[in-house]
Amino acid sequence: MTRVHDMGGRFGDGAVVPETEDVIFHADWHPRALAITLACGSLGLWNIDVSRHARECLSPKDYTRFSYYEKWMAALADLLVDTGAVSREELAQGAARGTSNLADKRLAAAAVAGVLAKGGPATRPSNVAALFVAGDTVRIRSIPENMQVPGGHTRLPAYAAGAEGTIVRQHGTHVLPDSNAHRLGEAPEPLYAVALRAQDIWAHPEHPEDEVILDLWQSYLIAL
Amino acid sequence: MLRDGRYLCKFAKRGKCGFGLWTFVYVGFHDRVMPHDHSDHDHPHSLLPSDPALRVKALETILTQKGLIDPAALDEIIDTYENKIGPKNGAHVVARAWSDPEFKAALLEDADPVLAELGYYGRQGEHMVVVENTEAVHNMVVCTLCSCYPWPLLGIPPGWYKSDAYRSRAVREPRKVLADFGVTLPEEQAVRVWDSTAEVRYLVLPQRPEGTEGMDEAALMALVTRDSMIGCGVAVSP
Repeated sequence: MTRVHDMGGRFGDGAVVPETEDVIFHADWHPRALAITLACGSLGLWNIDVSRHARECLSPKDYTRFSYYEKWMAALADLLVDTGAVSREELAQGAARGTSNLADKRLAAAAVAGVLAKGGPATRPSNVAALFVAGDTVRIRSIPENMQVPGGHTRLPAYAAGAEGTIVRQHGTHVLPDSNAHRLGEAPEPLYAVALRAQDIWAHPEHPEDEVILDLWQSYLIAL
Repeated sequence: MLRDGRYLCKFAKRGKCGFGLWTFVYVGFHDRVMPHDHSDHDHPHSLLPSDPALRVKALETILTQKGLIDPAALDEIIDTYENKIGPKNGAHVVARAWSDPEFKAALLEDADPVLAELGYYGRQGEHMVVVENTEAVHNMVVCTLCSCYPWPLLGIPPGWYKSDAYRSRAVREPRKVLADFGVTLPEEQAVRVWDSTAEVRYLVLPQRPEGTEGMDEAALMALVTRDSMIGCGVAVSP
């Protein structure tokens, strides 16, 4: 079983509503929510996989009723408390009790451009040898779960589990989210783009030639 | 929980190997090893005000008072994504690719060095792949698990890209989703939907519209829409 965020292929959602390009945020507090989240990321208390997992760990009820940036704010509050950066009392009272000992890590306005431009690459050297090359046929693991941590983070969507696919591209060796989200190490391993035929994963594919391509780590794949 | 805010976690693994039963016990200090699922009112976030605008305000106040964020830095981040980084960057890349076959070949082969040279590198665009639309294949990009998107080239994702409807439907019924954008593909064109499940970000190189021969890069840029670079639209015909 996966969590509420894993919705690829789900039925029941309505129309997609296009927007013009001048709409960037939908409420005054949205840009603030984005900026607070990015600024807190610079404190170095978590990595991108930990923060994704925090959003996924919202209860299904909250995940569904919250708008996009509400999910971000809720996960941020949870992470700040989990890492000890902010206390439950401070959240409840809406005021700080003293200055944090992490204040020297605060992202300064002058550093913003540099931090955003620098990014955070996910490629790492790895001693896990690549087992596949483009053109190889593979089977995706049939259980879309974190194999190490019960209920843990994974980037294997349920709709792809158990399907047969073809390697179309090797992306090098990347940090494994299933490990990194739980602070168990970056465990880098080969990452591939894997093409699935729409007719192999959907009962009513729109077109016989359609494909879905996902980026999947080597440990998600089985040689055929 | 420990006094410094970390959890002491233990877990054990057991299994069988050729020599009999083995047990491996791992003990370590981690901020969070195991997911701690709570009912929704036990999450710390439920302590904040229920109105989202007040919730954000409360967090900003607490974090500013604690010295963890600088409101001026927030302004700078917002200015970056409202005014400096947006779909114009991607349109520049597409127009250049339409105009310069060598640039296009290099871009499709290995986008990262090509984009870095144009200054389009940064957060959420560290590992780029550009996929080309042709008469045979139409590419579309989605992130079914969250909202992964090539920020340095397209800016902040539009609301629909982050919506449940797009995330759930794009992989299963891309043509019906395209219909929501008023786009109909020729019957012979296959759709390839790229689900951004890792830190690789995808940009669609739309087909160059007919009747654009002789147009320069700046004129071509104006034909490249954000949606065409996600694969939910096509470039504008002049």
